[in-house]
Amino acid sequence: MTRRDGILLGLAAVIVAGGLLLAGDAGFGGADGKALALVRDLAPGYEPWAVPVWTPAGSLEGLLFALQAALGAGVIGWIVGYRRGRAAAHRDDAA
Amino acid sequence: MHIMEGFLPATHAAGWTAAAAPFVAWGAWRINRVLRDHPETRLILGAAGAFTFVLSALKLPSVTGSSSHPTGTGLGAALFGPSVMTVVATIVLVLQALLMAHGGLTTLGANVFAMGVVGPFVAWGLYRLVTGVGAGMAPAVFLAAFCGDIATYMTTSFQLALAFPDPVSGVTGALAKFLSVFAVTQLPLAVAEGLVSVVMMNLLRRHAAGELALVPAFLKEARA
Repeated sequence: MTRRDGILLGLAAVIVAGGLLLAGDAGFGGADGKALALVRDLAPGYEPWAVPVWTPAGSLEGLLFALQAALGAGVIGWIVGYRRGRAAAHRDDAA
Repeated sequence: MHIMEGFLPATHAAGWTAAAAPFVAWGAWRINRVLRDHPETRLILGAAGAFTFVLSALKLPSVTGSSSHPTGTGLGAALFGPSVMTVVATIVLVLQALLMAHGGLTTLGANVFAMGVVGPFVAWGLYRLVTGVGAGMAPAVFLAAFCGDIATYMTTSFQLALAFPDPVSGVTGALAKFLSVFAVTQLPLAVAEGLVSVVMMNLLRRHAAGELALVPAFLKEARA
């Protein structure tokens, strides 16, 4: 991690945290859900013709999203670690 | 950009599925070819796919008081071409439809078209354009990821407006309404996605430069 990357990540964190602070106690419902409410508004007679095969409870949904992120982050960490380790081994061989 | 299960009329759902399917097939063929020609790039492909996994799992708060997901497809589209990310987005969207009740199987085609086709194509086009005029890697990746993210949500808004036009102001009126839900919320999140994508690209350049040079985007540059 270089300093520049640290600054970029910090900036991304500030932008997200800034939204959180500026919007106050707005509730932060999902935009997908708000679009759904808008559909109901525009077409009150519309009946969805399929339902999700399975709907997890709220906390379980959060866990599954966290798992998805963890899986991705784990793979990225493994790849970077693997390449660093290999580069270090090459340096040792050369020395 | 998840249109919920059952929330597109059957004809629209079928139409978007038919529109997205060839891109998924093309992407699968492209992945096969890239990995056959340069098997070393599987490491980078894995990283790009994993990056999409992370970003599309995050539900981030925005200034509007709503929260939404980044897409994470721009970086991979810049490196491997857009159709490869169609496949990655399809995998993510199938998992989220089956396990998290986000999106759905009937709306999968529409959601793949937004997140896996339009977003990646816009990202890839911008990356080529910006690097083509000689600008640096960082602005190219930033713009690609930012615009890919925004384009995905504009597509979703358009898909919903087409299916549910406003009784008074028609498709255009509905589009304005759906954009007001998605676009402003997405702006800061897309900026954050752009910044994080640049960091990911830097990480790959520093630690996997050898493999990165064999990725389609850089092979093209080397040949040019």
